[in-house]
Amino acid sequence: MRIVIEQNRCIGCGACVESCPYSAILIEAEKASINEYCQLCRACLSVCPEGAIIEKSEESDNIEVVDLSAYKGVWVFAEQRDGHVASVAFELLGEGRKLAKELNTELSAVLFGSTEAEAKELIRWGADRVYHCRDRIFDSFNDEPYSQQLIKLITRFKPSIVLSGATPIGRSFIPRVAARLRTGLTADCTALQIDKDSGNLLQIRPAFGGNIMATILCPNRRPQMSTVRPRVMKRCDYEPDRQGEIIEIAAEGLSSNTEVLETHKEASYCKVNLQEAEVIVSGGRGLGNPKGFEMLQELASLLDGSVGASRAAVDEGWIKYSHQVGQTGKTVCPKIYIACGISGAVQHLVGMSSSDIIIAINKNPEAPIFNVANFGIEGDVYEVVPLLIKKIRESK
Amino acid sequence: MRLIVCIKQVPDTAEVRINPETNTLIREGVPSIINPYDMHALEAAIAIKERKGGKVTVLTMGPPQAETALREAISIGADDGVLLTDRAFAGSDTWATSFALYKAALKIGFDIIICGKQAIDGDTAQVGPEMAEFLNIPHISYVKAIEDISESSITVQRMMDDGYDVVRSKLPVLLTVVKELNTPRLPSLKGKMAAKKAVINKMTKESIEAEEDNLGLKGSPTMVKNIFAPEAKKDRKMLTGSIEQQVDQLLEELRRLKCV
Ligand SMILES: Cc1cc2nc3c(=O)[nH]c(=O)nc-3n(C[C@H](O)[C@H](O)[C@H](O)COP(=O)(O)OP(=O)(O)OC[C@H]3O[C@@H](n4cnc5c(N)ncnc54)[C@H](O)[C@@H]3O)c2cc1C
Repeated sequence: MRIVIEQNRCIGCGACVESCPYSAILIEAEKASINEYCQLCRACLSVCPEGAIIEKSEESDNIEVVDLSAYKGVWVFAEQRDGHVASVAFELLGEGRKLAKELNTELSAVLFGSTEAEAKELIRWGADRVYHCRDRIFDSFNDEPYSQQLIKLITRFKPSIVLSGATPIGRSFIPRVAARLRTGLTADCTALQIDKDSGNLLQIRPAFGGNIMATILCPNRRPQMSTVRPRVMKRCDYEPDRQGEIIEIAAEGLSSNTEVLETHKEASYCKVNLQEAEVIVSGGRGLGNPKGFEMLQELASLLDGSVGASRAAVDEGWIKYSHQVGQTGKTVCPKIYIACGISGAVQHLVGMSSSDIIIAINKNPEAPIFNVANFGIEGDVYEVVPLLIKKIRESK
Repeated sequence: MRLIVCIKQVPDTAEVRINPETNTLIREGVPSIINPYDMHALEAAIAIKERKGGKVTVLTMGPPQAETALREAISIGADDGVLLTDRAFAGSDTWATSFALYKAALKIGFDIIICGKQAIDGDTAQVGPEMAEFLNIPHISYVKAIEDISESSITVQRMMDDGYDVVRSKLPVLLTVVKELNTPRLPSLKGKMAAKKAVINKMTKESIEAEEDNLGLKGSPTMVKNIFAPEAKKDRKMLTGSIEQQVDQLLEELRRLKCV
């Protein structure tokens, strides 16, 4: 495929030049042209008032098609730490159920390491079947044995869709699996749908630091693989009596060039545990000093929540990095996010904008945080927050 | 130590915005920069070279203009640069990108390859691990500290959700690094001179001996179907009245949400 500009229709207005994130469009002699900077991202297609920018497919465009009908079923890779299945796995089972229903197929989970009790939990959370490889080699996470084993399983059982958490574990080893299987992998998805006509998986994800969303397809290869952002998908109902099949799989012929020597749980990480918190009270530069965080801690405790921070506050040294939310910190998605004195730079927004309810308190009515807030209070945090604390206390 | 640092030239995404009416990107002269994570990868490689000796090669796949990114890396301390550029690479997804980089890395030769955690435009974090798989070598992602390096192994700290792991790997290895690893240095005057004079080694699909079926659009299993603006909150509401009244309304909402 090429993106081309039909020269006879181009009026040289330059709208496309502005739209290109890669500076690949130039105006020469009053006509636009696209140079080799073009990454085929399609950003320009809809801006042209004359409809002069078109996609031109070429014979050599498409990757060779595999026999799609040979692949069936939806799989969820259920990651574990210290034997405990991560909560993202249960979320993926919830989403996987929906997809499996739409495709009229089965939902399976894959569990490496851990216990039979945990495998049963996966069934109660929606899996029809669990492929369980209970070898000690999976106790700690090493990319090579994890990917070797998953490659074997996929090659043998041929699922059509494979989902995994977009966590440090999933984002690290799943790419190896996709590379080896010569199939596509969509990173950090925030929504999944089935295309009614083709049955393909529509994988929706943020890119450009969350400034845009993209729909990604893997039409000609199988399985269709995605890593999915934690705390975005909803669990389905827990059914304590749900029955399913557990298939024990032996781990053979695996090897690892890496070895985990120690694991450190960072005390602050456990205490903060931002990604699990239902309420987060976050502070930014608007707090003006580290004392402000004591006030936020008080509010957070009253709401059973945790304290977060913008990068600005962390850079000032007012609070530890482990509290940082945003592009270079954590992605969170609590029920309630209260942003206090945070302006809402896009790098911060990408880390918290999928929270259920966002409350913003800021002196500046123009602050971009108000654009994503469900409730905004224009005011001084040192006036608003103490009053809120007082009133919550009184009401208890 | 032969070190390769993979760098990508990216638009500074902090400045990319989308026009919600037309669903299109507004670029307005967004500058091209070296992907910020790759600056940390470069710093790590230079630091290893300073301790262990050897050579740092920066490798990028991109349009001819990406040469400026290589020269910038040389001004900071890389020894030489390889520009992988060919029309056949256009439209590569992470599969095809890492395939081409893998072929180039084989030609260059290495003990350690260092990548950034992710590129700030595509944001996938997949190119490093995919490259390692093609090369049949181990990789460690999210490296936040390097504890020890010997001729045959490296020990690093790998960031995890709940803390970090200390991981040892045999060499050769590929690492992807996070910002906590180090503080990138600035270009030196001597470096700037070297960058001006440096001869950039250009590689094409022929020189890396890659089959066309594995490159560019044709080699890419994924395709971008469309792009659109992130959804804005529909029910946004500025509270009004005195601060006290606003706090009361907020409290009411918190009660409704069963949070108080
Ligand atoms: C909106 C959008 C969404 C996309 N989503 C996906 C997707 O989900 N899956 C997919 O497979 N492709 C996707 N792509 C394509 C993907 O962005 C390109 O293949 C891109 O060139 C490489 O991926 P990345 O930017 O995500 O790099 P990452 O994998 O995030 O980069 C990690 C590291 O790899 C190295 N590296 C990456 N690219 C290069 C390079 N060209 N030269 C040298 N080193 C490099 C750098 O060290 C970098 O820090 C998408 C593209 C767009 C425009």
